[in-house]
Amino acid sequence: MSEKLAIETQDLTKRYNGAAVVDCLNLHIRENEVFGLLGPNGAGKTTTILMLLGLTEPASGTARVCGFNPTREPLQVKRLVGYLPEKVGFYEDLTARENLKFIAELNNISYAEIDGRIDEVLEMVGLTEAEIMETGPNQQKEKTVGKFSRGMKQRLGIADVLIKRPKVLFLDEPTSGLDPKGINQLLDLIAGLPKTGTTVVLSSHQLYQVQRVCHSIGILSKGKIVIEGAIDQLGREALAGGRYRIEVETVSPDAKLIDVIRKIKGVRDVSVQENLLLINTDADLRAKISKAVVQHDFPLIQMKVQQFSLDDIYMKYFKES
Amino acid sequence: MTAILRKELADYFTSIRFFVFFALVLFISAAGLRAASEGIRSANLPEGFVFLGLFTTPGSVIPPLTYLVSLIVPLIGIALGFDAINSERTGGTLSRILAQPVYRDSVINGKFLAGLVTMSVMIGAMLLLVSGFGLWMIGVPPTAEEIIRLFIYLFLTIVYGAFWMGLAILFSVLLRRIASSLLTSLGVWLFFSIFILLVAPVIANAISPATADASHAELMRNAELHRMITRLSPNILFQEATTALIFPVVVGSLGMISASQVAYMIPNPLSLGQSILLIWPHLTSLVSLSVICFAISYVLFMRQEIRPT
Repeated sequence: MSEKLAIETQDLTKRYNGAAVVDCLNLHIRENEVFGLLGPNGAGKTTTILMLLGLTEPASGTARVCGFNPTREPLQVKRLVGYLPEKVGFYEDLTARENLKFIAELNNISYAEIDGRIDEVLEMVGLTEAEIMETGPNQQKEKTVGKFSRGMKQRLGIADVLIKRPKVLFLDEPTSGLDPKGINQLLDLIAGLPKTGTTVVLSSHQLYQVQRVCHSIGILSKGKIVIEGAIDQLGREALAGGRYRIEVETVSPDAKLIDVIRKIKGVRDVSVQENLLLINTDADLRAKISKAVVQHDFPLIQMKVQQFSLDDIYMKYFKES
Repeated sequence: MTAILRKELADYFTSIRFFVFFALVLFISAAGLRAASEGIRSANLPEGFVFLGLFTTPGSVIPPLTYLVSLIVPLIGIALGFDAINSERTGGTLSRILAQPVYRDSVINGKFLAGLVTMSVMIGAMLLLVSGFGLWMIGVPPTAEEIIRLFIYLFLTIVYGAFWMGLAILFSVLLRRIASSLLTSLGVWLFFSIFILLVAPVIANAISPATADASHAELMRNAELHRMITRLSPNILFQEATTALIFPVVVGSLGMISASQVAYMIPNPLSLGQSILLIWPHLTSLVSLSVICFAISYVLFMRQEIRPT
């Protein structure tokens, strides 16, 4: 992850019939990270993405994507950016390869390179030769996309955005229609993209999936950004006032041990529930605490830092707003 | 844009729609030839226009080829354009294409050009087929003037088809549903080909009544008005231009001729220059109508919101 910003918006606003759908949005997305764009239906996620692509003109404010202004220089932006819409559509009477070839041609990929790229992206999304070929009497022919299942179309959609080797990728609900195995493969693929120099903006309602692959998130509500930042940090801020909550399981802890732990620098308070020690700290002090427990001849059965699920963060912010 | 043009052409030439209309075009050519073979002997064509008689001679039942062409060309135009934009929109492919580094206008330009090429191929094939078989049938080669007239007729027909295609594309930009853009285009075609002929005398009589005791000038005015109203229809414009262009024998002028004047008319075909002069306004109107239709769809498409859903 670098500190350079791939996407930056300044007071980005879009109005439909006078009502602001996106309202003075300030987004900062670093290069080579996976950014989760969350929010309830109608929060303005898709509109934001469309403005960043230059498909919709903002009413006011500016955006920069890879250093280009999408309103003024849409072609430069589109050369570097891939976009998978929520409802992806293909030419149903063309085959998968023909569909990909058309997009490759629109991106001015040279003829010599097209076939290689198509094979590469089909493999990346796990569309096997067996899946894209006809079954039955004409096995030598490729299936038209009209005969594809929902999940295959979704995977073809991912292949379609990867073929131009984008610097920034916008994915709108990419996992919808996929089976659990497909979801896992896709999430692994997304998680691996930053290493190849691609920034991913993921818009989804599947909070568990977002939490699995995203480094940071932004939550939108009524066109405004409610919160933006790295997930674990946001979780601590939202639920424990910015602190770590460490649970230590041992056998009948005594007051002396509690006193020792309390004196470790950074420990705020310690409470006991039978064999459980609940410790609030300013930092991740697991190493020091475990050392203290073992040095005082107490068995260390288990120890964990309380995890924050994205569900908790999301729900907390929506109770407030 | 070449990638889009190439894909659209490939789409058109492999679509069932294309084959159906091409079969229809072949059928019409055959019907027109049949009509000509029935009627050309008794048509009493002046020297120099025998070959054009192939296109203009009716048979005992079958109307002449030019009439059949004026029926089929708008339908071809509508068939090529009515789902140009809204099928991409409902299929979800429009937002995918526009997310690629292409100018937005190259999408609509590519579609219009591909349609124009397809239509030119169809109409050109029809004229060549009829000319070839006709030459074999009657054994009279066309004169240079006839060839020029046929080329202008080809151009006129393509422009006429382009107008209907432009109109159909306009409706495909305006209306989200494919069925509604098709029905609207057909409705406009029906109005301009049939209903305007019914409406025109009513309006003309309302403005300038042609009663039994009307003066000569009043009758003239009524007839002129009637004619002007029907000329609002591109179909009528096309038919008039066709007549003047490749049926130069009958037409003295496209305006009114009184019975007393007819007696003095010499049955002399118009020269090429005079024919062109006569249809010049028709040709320019048809060209500008096509351009206007396309320009409106172009502007609307450029300013339209592209939402993926």
